[in-house]
Amino acid sequence: MQPYDLPDERGHFGIYGGIFVAETLISALEELKDAYLAAWRDPAFVAEFEHELKHYVGRPSPIYHARRLSEKLGGAKILLKREDLNHTGSHKVNNCIGQALLAKRMGKPRVIAETGAGQHGVAAATVAARYGFECVVYMGSEDIKRQAANVYRMKLLGATVVPVESGSKTLKDAMNEAMRDWVTNVSDTFYIIGTVAGPHPYPMLVRDFQTIIGKECVMQMTETFGRQPDAIIACVGGGSNALGIFHPYIPFEDTLLIGVEAAGEGIETGRHAAPLTANAKAGVLHGNRTYLLQDENGQIIETHSISAGLDYPGVGPEHAWLKDSGRAEYVAVTDSEALAAFHAFCRYEGIIPALESSHALAHAMKIALTMGRDKLLLVCLSGRGDKDMHTVAEQSGIKF
Amino acid sequence: MSRIKSTFTRLQTGQRKALIPFITAGFPRPELTVPLMRALVAAGADILELGVPFSDPMADGPTIQRSSEAALAQGMSLKKTLEITQEFRKTDAVTPVVLMGYANPIEAMGQETFARAAAEAGVDGVLTVDYALEEAAEFTAMLDNVGLDAIFLLAPTSKPERWAELQKLARGYVYYVSVKGVTGKRELDLAEIAARVRAIRAVLKLPVGVGFGIRDAKTAAAIAEHADAVIVGSRFIEELERSPSGEELARISALAGELRRGLDGVTKNR
Repeated sequence: MQPYDLPDERGHFGIYGGIFVAETLISALEELKDAYLAAWRDPAFVAEFEHELKHYVGRPSPIYHARRLSEKLGGAKILLKREDLNHTGSHKVNNCIGQALLAKRMGKPRVIAETGAGQHGVAAATVAARYGFECVVYMGSEDIKRQAANVYRMKLLGATVVPVESGSKTLKDAMNEAMRDWVTNVSDTFYIIGTVAGPHPYPMLVRDFQTIIGKECVMQMTETFGRQPDAIIACVGGGSNALGIFHPYIPFEDTLLIGVEAAGEGIETGRHAAPLTANAKAGVLHGNRTYLLQDENGQIIETHSISAGLDYPGVGPEHAWLKDSGRAEYVAVTDSEALAAFHAFCRYEGIIPALESSHALAHAMKIALTMGRDKLLLVCLSGRGDKDMHTVAEQSGIKF
Repeated sequence: MSRIKSTFTRLQTGQRKALIPFITAGFPRPELTVPLMRALVAAGADILELGVPFSDPMADGPTIQRSSEAALAQGMSLKKTLEITQEFRKTDAVTPVVLMGYANPIEAMGQETFARAAAEAGVDGVLTVDYALEEAAEFTAMLDNVGLDAIFLLAPTSKPERWAELQKLARGYVYYVSVKGVTGKRELDLAEIAARVRAIRAVLKLPVGVGFGIRDAKTAAAIAEHADAVIVGSRFIEELERSPSGEELARISALAGELRRGLDGVTKNR
């Protein structure tokens, strides 16, 4: 596929994406779009972004050959793009730096964010401290229970964490509440959305800030391995780490792109968070048209995944478009498969992966077996698993 | 002529202002919605806005969110909201009914199927909060085909360029959002509202209703000095929440009556 010039002017990726918001948010989105387009064309802005990524985040993140595990499996070489080594422990910070610099440029003193697992909330709280913004993070009260350590981290960083009690009390409800805050405080507030979803221009600008992942890979693969990978695998909740690594690879037609959704307790049980794999109907939520887990009346249904970061009923509109176009394929991995991969990487590589990233690792382990030893599988290790100690211990029947 | 248009024509002839209450379909109990609609009309409502419950009501404050959740928990849906309208129409052929809700239940039913079903059920207007102007053209064309009015929101932050753009798609009346924020409690800036409404009406040539944050007869009367219609939602839902079971109709009638008298006072003073 040729590199494509999407979204269009109004934020569409084919029939997906767009601007589905109340009139009350339109002028804020236009202001954001204009500010972003001007900033992204401004060499001084891009230089500052790159400087921050290098000196504050610690980029470039390395590509690491998981040799012991690859050899034990006896198939393709599994390579890890180490986003877990970033400051704050995940890829989320790349986007937060970009949006914080934008907030600074737009003169907004207050930032807000939604969070599921807390990785994006921590990244947002971190950049707010770094640039001196007031910061409010909305988090479902269910997720607050599951991610107590991250809640405390955000508070240490000076953020106010607001529990959201409406709906299913998870990520989607946190996003509703953040939107409500934004519409009320729009003149002094910048909404830092954490994934490639939401109304235009968010899916575009979050993607652009995250493509640093894939751009580095293109250079690193040539330098270290003399060629590009046979396949790239990344987990997909909203899908920001996946688009960040996929997007620069769109023109590399020999590289297979595989997104891994959360199958939860199994697609057939209905308790999952995999709209693309489960062939969900397209619909409208959170400002864009995309594949959505919903009932026959168009109500959004509760999702399930062991990883809070993948526990979302929709998916970024560009993924919906990539699925339809066939350039990327999407599969799903269950809670137990993800946990098995989590333990394997702990034991064989001395790497504790985030449960989100463990979904991608599980699929890599599955297909590595079916591929020759000369094949290269590049997995986006989007975050580290320290935040998941509690969840994993609980699964093993251990209490701290 | 559409019911909405003839309603405004009739009101303007009598120099009266429209009272538009909003209630959530299925709240507090599904079987109460039609009696509530009738009671509102009897107490002086001119147009009824019926909220279609949605799982993720992003533009609504806590009061209307709670009513949506309660209605959904009792099995309310877009389809059942249409059945409610149909039931209401059996005894009222005059009062316009406007459905207010979010895009996804309509997407799930199919835009065209919905437009036809709504027209058959006796719906007059449709306000879909998250079909922004940018995304609405196909849908409003389908509404036009079956004679339904597409109602749109305008906000304090909407730029005048959009008003003209809106003119192509908007029918019936324009819903001016009186505050920055979601539905519910808020301080209103009356002078600002008055100036905006005047400007919007001059460009759009449609009646302008003002809503979000209007809580009592005094405020309603002050707004009605400048607008063609006053829309009250959260305040009705709160009244329903507070009402002991069995007293809902009386409470709602009393509140609607009070607002009606407030609006009619405006005309008398002239």
